[in-house]
Amino acid sequence: MSAPDRISDLAIPAARRRQDREPWPVERIIVHALLILFVLLAIGPVLIVIINSLKTTPAIFGGPFDLPTAKTFSLEGYKRVFTRGNFIVNYLNSLIVTVTTIVLTMVLSTLAAFALVEYRVRLASLLGGLFVLGIMLPIRLGTIPLIQMMLAWRLMDTLAALILVYTAMSVPIAVTLMVTYFRTVPTDLKEAARMDGASELRTFWIVLPLVRPGLAAVAALTMLPVWNDLWFPLILAPSRQNQTVTLGVQQFVGQFMNDYPALLAALTLGAVPLVLLFTLFSRQFISGLSKGYSK
Amino acid sequence: MISPAAAYRNLLLFVLPALAVYLVFAVLPLATSIVMSFFQTSGASGRTFVGLANYERLFTHPTISARFWNALLNNIQYFAIHLIVEVPVGLLLAALLTSGKLARSEGIYRTLLFIPATLSVVIVGFVWRLIINPLWGLVGFPLLGTESTALTTISLMSVWQYFGIPMVFLYSALLAVPNELVEAAKIDGASGWTTFWKIKFPLIAPQFGLIAILTYIWTFNGFDLVFALNGSAPGPNYSTDILGTYFYRTFFGSSGQLADLDLGAAVATVIFLTVLLVTAAYFWLIQRRLKSYSV
Repeated sequence: MSAPDRISDLAIPAARRRQDREPWPVERIIVHALLILFVLLAIGPVLIVIINSLKTTPAIFGGPFDLPTAKTFSLEGYKRVFTRGNFIVNYLNSLIVTVTTIVLTMVLSTLAAFALVEYRVRLASLLGGLFVLGIMLPIRLGTIPLIQMMLAWRLMDTLAALILVYTAMSVPIAVTLMVTYFRTVPTDLKEAARMDGASELRTFWIVLPLVRPGLAAVAALTMLPVWNDLWFPLILAPSRQNQTVTLGVQQFVGQFMNDYPALLAALTLGAVPLVLLFTLFSRQFISGLSKGYSK
Repeated sequence: MISPAAAYRNLLLFVLPALAVYLVFAVLPLATSIVMSFFQTSGASGRTFVGLANYERLFTHPTISARFWNALLNNIQYFAIHLIVEVPVGLLLAALLTSGKLARSEGIYRTLLFIPATLSVVIVGFVWRLIINPLWGLVGFPLLGTESTALTTISLMSVWQYFGIPMVFLYSALLAVPNELVEAAKIDGASGWTTFWKIKFPLIAPQFGLIAILTYIWTFNGFDLVFALNGSAPGPNYSTDILGTYFYRTFFGSSGQLADLDLGAAVATVIFLTVLLVTAAYFWLIQRRLKSYSV
């Protein structure tokens, strides 16, 4: 997680590297101490959930901050989540919705961004502006007509309804972000491709590998709000067989209010995949976040 | 070279799929909401134009308007707490991360500090309710059960989740500060403290405007955490009701309140205008001024 985890397009200043070899001055200790404090504050609660999900109920309330011992260790919570909950289905639903949304968003936004950079007619800047405005658009406020649309098209309570809405929600920031990446593609390359008689679609295909970091940023940025959303699953796909993980855990929490090991196990299962994915893609996510919104 | 006609044709072909999804599932529902807010649906007989009657009800009906103003004021407080706590914390952490005293550990800290922002609100709400549970003995006072402290408590839980976002914006901006400027200040004998406030801080200042406006948009679309903790009629005694939960109740109905789609559309329109006016004012007044100062 060390070297490749940096934001690669910003070089490490030479001065900073030199400092690595100095002994530990007071300032450095203070910086580390403060950061460690905040890290504990940030991940402490998450650790509490994970640790306690592995314990028996009396142990959870007897010593909430203790690690599980041979005596208090228990996987009963996880067992009950899988027997009473609907977790496999929830996971599959979240996976289908998130992956399909990411793929659709990547395809649509890449095509659009390529054209917005490539064909510099007046309409292009107008359309580009329309997408930038969309970043700020509170899509949830259109929920009532969305319900009516989904009812009319017989898409109510389907995963497709979620995918369509999430794609619409993700496309504006994705297009805006991809435009910044396509701007860095050298014109010579495209002209050379055209000279060789390549069609526009073929030219697009040729330059696509050059914007791969942008695609990773779009994927990382789309993933989180879609996986974690509670609003649209609650309204557009609430039935048991269509629930996503976030809604499933929410309902599980409501139903098994007193079964703490099972609750904590459900929460752990709901959080772990995204935390892991984020840890892997944090560099793409962070550069996407700062580039996409700084328009 | 591509002829203008061909450029227009290509542009439209490439942009159309993204534009269609965005227009149909994001722009159209919002526009329809606004139109709906001027109508009244009555049984099978269809819709009648009622002018501003829905708005009149929203602003003057004794219970409907009282709840609305309450939710609006709560939402303003919710936003203010986010801004007041998140920005200084984000700035401190971004400054620490870019202090040049971290070397390899910088990426690890950055990733760990952002982890809360990757969690779903269901987990955030549950774990914090558990931690501040009087049973566990950390806090001997029902923070969430008391009218005067409930909203602040929920706001701070949300701050805990999202402080990573301003941190990342400010961190990226600090990394982009030209190293020669910092080096020159160092040669002139400026301390790390002086360099930060006199050189780096003015250069990252535009980020604060961006963070403020994004926080405004996000908090005025807030719903998930409040709903996960307190349901759709968030107590005690509506003291944690914000516009998102109010909107949800209006069109979805709740105990003691029938679902009213037309009134819901009016609520959506009012929230939309609240967001739009402030955002537009920000871009016209502040952003333009900041841009003209930056080189």
